Parts: sequence; C-alpha cells; structure tokens
Amino acid sequence: MALTLNMTVNGKARKVTVESNALLSDVLRVNLGLTGTHVGCDTSQCGACTVHVDGVSVKSCTMLAAQADGATITTIEGLAAPDGTLHPMQAAFKEHHGLQCGFCTPGMVMSAVDLARCEPNASEEQIREWLEGNICRCTGYHNIVKAVKTGLTDMQSGGKVAAE
Amino acid sequence: MTDHANTPDTTVTRRGLLAGAGALVIGFSLPLSGRRGALAAADDGPVWKTSDEAAQINAWLRIGPDGSVTVVTGRSEMGQGPTTALPQALAEELGVPMDRVTFAMSPVDPAYNNTLFGAMITGGSTSVKSDFEQMRRAGASAREMLKAAAAEKWGVDAAELKVENGTISHAHHSATFGELAGAAAEMEAPKDVALKKPADWTLIGTDVKRLDTHAKATGQATFGIDVVVPDMLHAAILQAPTFGATLESVDAKPATDMKGVAQVVELDDAIMVLADTWWTADQALSKLSPKWTGGAEDLDDAKVDRVLTEGLDAAEAAQAVSEGDADGALSGAAKTVEATYSAPYLAHLTMEPMTATADVRADKAELWLPTQAQTWTAGAVAKAVGLKPEQVTIHTTFLGGGFGRRAEQDFALQAAQASKAAGRPVKLVWSRPQDVRHDFYRPASKVRFTVGLDEDGLPMAWKARVCCPSIAQRMLPSMIKEGVDPFAVEGLTERAYALPADRSITYVMPELAVPVGFWRSVGHSQNGFFMEAMIDELADAAGMDPLEYRRKLLPQDSRHRRVLDAAADAIGWSEAPAEGRHRGIAVHESFGSIAAEAIEVSVDGDNKVTLHRASACVDCAVAVNPNIIRQQMESALVYGLTAAMFGGVSLKNGQVQEGNFDRIDVMRLRHMPPVEVRIIAEGDAEMGGIGEPGTPPAAPALVAALRRATGKPIRSLPLTAEGFTFG
Ligand code: FES
Ligand code: FES
Repeated sequence: MALTLNMTVNGKARKVTVESNALLSDVLRVNLGLTGTHVGCDTSQCGACTVHVDGVSVKSCTMLAAQADGATITTIEGLAAPDGTLHPMQAAFKEHHGLQCGFCTPGMVMSAVDLARCEPNASEEQIREWLEGNICRCTGYHNIVKAVKTGLTDMQSGGKVAAE
Repeated sequence: MTDHANTPDTTVTRRGLLAGAGALVIGFSLPLSGRRGALAAADDGPVWKTSDEAAQINAWLRIGPDGSVTVVTGRSEMGQGPTTALPQALAEELGVPMDRVTFAMSPVDPAYNNTLFGAMITGGSTSVKSDFEQMRRAGASAREMLKAAAAEKWGVDAAELKVENGTISHAHHSATFGELAGAAAEMEAPKDVALKKPADWTLIGTDVKRLDTHAKATGQATFGIDVVVPDMLHAAILQAPTFGATLESVDAKPATDMKGVAQVVELDDAIMVLADTWWTADQALSKLSPKWTGGAEDLDDAKVDRVLTEGLDAAEAAQAVSEGDADGALSGAAKTVEATYSAPYLAHLTMEPMTATADVRADKAELWLPTQAQTWTAGAVAKAVGLKPEQVTIHTTFLGGGFGRRAEQDFALQAAQASKAAGRPVKLVWSRPQDVRHDFYRPASKVRFTVGLDEDGLPMAWKARVCCPSIAQRMLPSMIKEGVDPFAVEGLTERAYALPADRSITYVMPELAVPVGFWRSVGHSQNGFFMEAMIDELADAAGMDPLEYRRKLLPQDSRHRRVLDAAADAIGWSEAPAEGRHRGIAVHESFGSIAAEAIEVSVDGDNKVTLHRASACVDCAVAVNPNIIRQQMESALVYGLTAAMFGGVSLKNGQVQEGNFDRIDVMRLRHMPPVEVRIIAEGDAEMGGIGEPGTPPAAPALVAALRRATGKPIRSLPLTAEGFTFG
C-alpha cells in the first residue's frame, strides 16, 4: 500500500509517496537522494546508517519510513551550516583523521553528535561504549575516539568551528 | 524518485587523451592536445571539481585559472591514502602548497597503469611505490613548462625564475600558476627533468592532511553504493548458496507481481531482482523459491580439515625450498620440535558491500564502481557483454574498504549483465549475507613444521609441509612454478632469520570448492602467523626470551632486528609486565617492508582476554606521509587482530554458515588497546609498501602473549574457536 509521508529533512519540508514497508534508509537514499547515509548490514548491526529522528540517533535501516511521518530528520548532509561551515563534530573528524575509507564515517559522526545530547562530557570510556554499535573496518578506532572527544568539547564551547 | 545525478565523472576522458595525440606515447609526460577546455568534464562529482577553463599540463596534472591543481591518479582510494600521498609527491616538485591541490580518478588508460603490474590495479601495497617517481616527474615537468611559459612571456631566461607557493617570479614580474597554465600547456614537455634530492624535500615526509576527509565527513563523497544514474533500476542478488551450484529454475512471478519490481534476471548461478528501490528488490527476492542444482554439497569444515591434513601426510609434494639435507641434519639434532598449525578461510568484510552500477548499450558500456582492478574489470565486462575493452568506460568511485576483495570482477559482471538484460542502467548492491557467503576467501591452510635444534636451542634442520588451496590457479596460473603456488608459501620460504643450511619446504595443492582470492597481505596473512608462532615455540624450547631468541637469529645489522627492537622498546619490553599481564612479539617482512608488533594481554579464569596495549613498528625505507603510515599500521594491526580473534567462516553442505555481523564478529572500539606506532625510514633501501605489512605480525604477537598467559600451545585460529572470549 502506498503512503504519502511528510517529513522535515535537513530543514526542508519533504513529501514522499512510498510503500508502507519502505525503510527509512532506503527512502533517504533513493527517494530523497541523500546518499551520505550508508548501509552496511541492513540489520542494525553496523551503525553506518545512523541518522537523527527528532534529535535522537536511530539506525535508519531498522525503521520504517512510515514511522517517521511528521518527524524532523537530520542526516550527515544536514549537519554543516548552510554556508558550508562544518559542524564541530565533522570538523573534529576531519582534523583528527577519524576515518580512512570513510564509509562508516557518516554513521559515526551522527552517533557521536547524539552523544553530546546524552553525555556532553563523556569520558573516553563512555565514548567507546556509546559507539559500540558502530563498526569500522579500516581505522584503529583511536582517531575516532580523539575526534569525538574534541567534537564534544567544541560543541560545548558553542562552536570553535572550522570554516571551509 | 530522485532527480539528481550522483555520478562521479572521471574528469579526463579517453577521447580527450587520444584526440589528436597520435600514438599514445606513455612517458612521464603524456602529450595531450586540444588542451584548454578540451578535457573538461561534464557532471563533475561533488568531490572532483574541475573547471572548464582548466589546463591539462600532462596526464597527471591539471591547473585551473584560479591556480587550483588537480592531480589525476589511477590508484583507487580505499582508505589507504594514495589520493593524498601521490598528490603530495607531485606538489613537492611542482612547488605548490597542498591546500590548492585536489585529486581526480583517471579513466582506464595505459598511462595510469600501476608501473609494477602493467595494468590499472591497486593492490600488493604498491600504490605509492608504483607512482612515486612518475608523480614527481609529472610535477617537475609541469613546473618547467610553467617556467618556460613565464620566460617567454617576460622575455627572460627560465633559469632565473623563482618558483614558490604556486607562483613564478622574476625581478620585476610575478604570475600565478593559474595565470600561466594555459600557455604552459602549449609548451614542449622537457625531455628530462632533475628531481629534488630527498634531503631537499619539504613536503614529502610531512604529515600533510588527507585530501579526502572533507568529502567523507560531510556525506559528499560518492562511494559505489551512492552512485545515481538517471533512469536506473536497483538490483538485489541471490547467488547459489552451495559453492559450484547452478540455477535450475525459478518462478519469477511472486517477485514480478510485486509493485515496483521491473524484472527478474537469471544468471547461471544467481538471480537478480530489478526494482525501483533496493529494498523492494530485496523483499521481492525473498519471495522466490529457486531450484539450484549440483555444487559441492559434501563440503564442510570436517572435509576441509581432512583434505588439508591429507596434504600434510601426502607422500608426493612439490618442492618449494630444497637446501642441503634436512632429513640428515634432523637425525643429528639435540632436540626436535614438531608442530602443526592451521588457519581458517576468511571473508574480507569491507564495510561497503559489493556493488556496481552499469549502463550497457549495444555499442558501449559504462560502469561506476569501487574497484581495485580497472583494467581487469573493463576486459571482463567487455567479454561478458560482447564488446571490446575500449568500448567500456570505468568510473572509479571511492571504495568503502577493499582489502583485496575489490580486485575481483564478479559484482561488475553481474551489474553489466543486469543492465544488458534490462536495457537500462542498473545499480546492483549485495546484501551483507551475500557478501559473507560469496567472497573469494583467504584460503584455509595447514603447515607442519619439523625443526631440529642444536645444543644451544638454535635451529639446525628445518622442514615444513604446507597444504593450502591455490589462489594463482584461478587468477594467475602462470605464477605456479613446478607445482608451487607462490602465494601459498610466501612468508615461509624467505631467509630473514639465520635458518639452517639444511632446509626443506614442500607444498601440496589441495582441491576444495571454496573460491579463494587476495586478502590483505595474501599468503603472509597466515604464513606470518605460522612462522612467527613457530619461532616463538622454539624460543620456549630453547628456554630463551622470545625477543632475545629472535635477536640471536638476526644479524647485527639486520633491518628486521632494528624494527623488532623498536617495537619491543615501544611496549617497554625490558621491564617485566605488571602482575597478570603477558606479552608477545612478532616480526615479519612483506611487500618490501618489515613490520614488528608487540601486544600485552591479561586473561581471566574464564579465558576472557583483555588487550591492554600494543606497539607497531614498520621499516618502509621512505615515508611519504608519516601520518597516513601510522593510520595504516593501526588499520593493518586491527585487521590482523580481528581475524585472529574472530575470523573464519564455517562450512556445511557446501555453504558458508555465517551471514551477518551477528555471527561474524569484528573488533569493536572497546576491544582496541592503545597502540604506539613507530616508523623507520632511513638508509637507501627501496621504498616498501604500507597497506598490508602491518597485518601478518598481529596474530602471532597476540597468540604468543596468550600462550605465555595460559601455558598452552595455540596453533589454530580463530582464538574464539580455541575457547577465548574478548571483553
Ligand atoms: S545498515 Fe543500519 S546498522 Fe548497518
Ligand atoms: S573508515 Fe572504513 S569502515 Fe570506518
């Protein structure tokens, strides 16, 4: 059955008509062309597909698009300011090379930003625990932890941000 | 449906390269004609920006009117950093700061071949080594052409010009590269250029920031699964679950009845559903009940073990090393140590699943995909769809991991066949279970060592029998010499240690239906483990400290010894570990570099292991970008540790049992110990590789630490199958 959904995605009102069983990840990537959200497993195990739904991080491969009707969604593409100024977490991943192939990065960044909501002063231990559901096959993880630590601090200081 | 195109354009086209250039004379400076604007690309991807006004100076370099420099490379970016290190090498000679430099992926053309392989291939830890000189020559040549343009313009002697920061100046004149680029492109490329001496390098050897992080941190980078081609269909695939089986029949109706499904495509050994979204295609696929026939149904773990063991016991074997009289020497040994080691089949598990997008037409084909082997892919696709290789255009996207898996062409061929059948572009994306169950695995292998020790516990007779499925058989059969697949024995036959004069290594090539291929560090991945774990056992047999034992077997001036010492120093080997902690160390040479790693662990009463710290040292002779080298050493260590801890697929009825990350675990953040990385880059040895050498020492270092902690021999991987868990 086809449904028409209304969502605010990265600040813009979007209307999509999709099948009732459509996944949020698929709708974001295919219908809305937001391919920055990646898919690595489809079964909520790798974290590559993490986005924010109403400000909370969600693995979009396990959420039906229908459940996001009326919701406000942020993807990696919507994190930077409209003028291109990077979000402090993106700037920190860039600065600390918290990535190699970069496929896991959008999910890592989106999860890390949500950590700031829950635990703005997270310790290294808490960062490791928080990112337990995000798999990276390339890095040694350390640069990711460094990046998240810096990102959290910079988010608090209200935007020591790197201009691009 | 989406309306925006997300197709990374390989900004330099084959047509552009060939137009008017006559024969393709491949040197460091490929002559190009119709320069200004002629090579400008339509539809630039978000990352690979160029300008219509950009001037193509030579095959590797384009300079925009704003002075921006685009370095064109044929080496695929899968995280290992060639798209930073190679532009860095070029910029060193060109004389331009890195913040003006970007990169673009090249089309398939011999100009961009890996100079060590004679084809466009990214593998064997060769990217920087292959292109290092070529890139520097391209930069130097362009610099001279820019100077010639300036000299002509100002009527001065080119030798008097100063080049700095993307600007050329003379007493009363100054112009930017951008201002001179158009004229420079018309200049004759110099026949020979002098390159800077290493002592004069100011960029090479520094921690230049990666050029790919911005695109990757903002979601702008186009990976294979991100490609969007107008009018494309999305394909999901189900391949014959049993190795070697073929499709007998399938009723497509349950799928085609579904809304959004366009077509079901049958291949000899797979079915694909083409639909308007990937999820629809995958859902439709699950509605089908295909009949498969044949295949290696009797294949399971027990059979693999039996076949490999039979190989160890076989009377007939090929001789990989035959030096002196190993049997004779053994009979005079003070002590004989025999040990049989084994390693499992390993999947690659790139984070990005296998994927390719293809648009196959009657007279041409275009593919967008993450690949490590452009030349092979163009050739294989051409053959499969009835075209000539030059009718196939390949656009290389970012690779969400490669590790050797993307040197294969299976996913490209499937996408091409789907597009041919549909008469439309098709993007194929494998599900994770398909990825795990249809890999070209690191071969399972067994080795039996029989080593005779003298009175001092040093080896005086050395025998090894290897039984390992052949990678070369399928991929590079001409490499098999006198029955020996070099990939099966590499890492066992070399002589870094002072091994006995009496040495025999024999090889048996078993026949097993599991497809095998290149997996990060290839034969070294298991043989590094076998060899170093055995050396460690010999140290115990000799009653010596494992570091001291290795040092005794390594000449005073050996690079191996220096690397080993550095890794030991970095973990504080000279001080005993804290109560309850245990260490292991290993060193191994592969791909021209020598890597040593040390790991400190503790094990609780339930065999639960904690990794406390690690060190990794590499001697790669020349370090272009130390920061990327540190990243790759950590990366390779984690890749090796993951395999040692959790790796391995199990087989039943000819099928891989694992499917997703719930059954096949990988190292997570919480497992990762702090690592100190050290780099040795001195002396005049040839530049070594960096992507792979850090993988082989990981397993033996960890195993040695666990052996010391538990007092039990550990000769088989993964460690989870040996009763260990990881907290
Ligand atoms: S794709 Fe959603 S968790 Fe892996
Ligand atoms: S950087 Fe490749 S998976 Fe994380």
